[in-house]
Amino acid sequence: MDLFSVIFYVFAVITLGAAGIVVFSRNIVHSAFALLFAFFGVAGIYVLLMADFLAITQLMIYVGGILVLLIFGVMLTQRQIAVDIKTGTIQTIPALIIVSALAGTLVGMFWVTVWRTSGIPPVEPTASKIGELLLTTYLLPFEVASVVLLVALIGAAMIARREKKA
Amino acid sequence: MSPAEFLQWLKTPGLNHFLILSALLFSLGIYAILSRRNAIMVLMGIELILNAANINFIAFSRYSTGTLDGQIVAIFVIILAAAEVAIALAIVLNIYQTFNTVNVDEINQLKD
Repeated sequence: MDLFSVIFYVFAVITLGAAGIVVFSRNIVHSAFALLFAFFGVAGIYVLLMADFLAITQLMIYVGGILVLLIFGVMLTQRQIAVDIKTGTIQTIPALIIVSALAGTLVGMFWVTVWRTSGIPPVEPTASKIGELLLTTYLLPFEVASVVLLVALIGAAMIARREKKA
Repeated sequence: MSPAEFLQWLKTPGLNHFLILSALLFSLGIYAILSRRNAIMVLMGIELILNAANINFIAFSRYSTGTLDGQIVAIFVIILAAAEVAIALAIVLNIYQTFNTVNVDEINQLKD
């Protein structure tokens, strides 16, 4: 077993185990912190797939930004009086049935399909190539995405700060 | 597939392994969306699903013809995920102020 497969299985187990805790934990704070490890595991998978720039982006935006926002959300929306931060589940049995069917279908599909892969070695390092592509081929989507992000953040600030009319 | 073949398959991670990993992550995200009552848990499920999609994009990018198109798409997915979670949390905070709960099965009115 070579290093590549060992690292792959380590990160796969970290990702899926943490995601399992996120999904099945009764305590929402435990879920939020398990999500941290899930994101770390996914970043490791990106490194394994030779996407170094994306791995760093994943750490900075998901772990540094989105996760902190989610934890803020958790802290701000729990009832102050009742100390317990447990969250309930609904329709567990139908959800389990649907999800097992879905997972079985997808895994079976990916299992049997013989993908045609090219033996071309990966591009590395990717950061400069991605920068070139973003400013040439993908210039318009890049600018649109920046405007979308600006509008979304201003909108979020407006919505969150709106005073309730008495 | 005989056990020996299966072991050999396990020992050599390729495109299929990454795709199966992302399928499992996707299923866990769907389970969170379907079964959790807390709106923030539903958001976490959505984040898991977006990560699963990104793994797919990057895996195909890695094993295809040596271009970076899949990674560019993954960057846009990350950007939109950031926008989505900011808006969604603002809405959740407003819902909390209005209804004093964030359980999705108790929020059944559009006006207060």
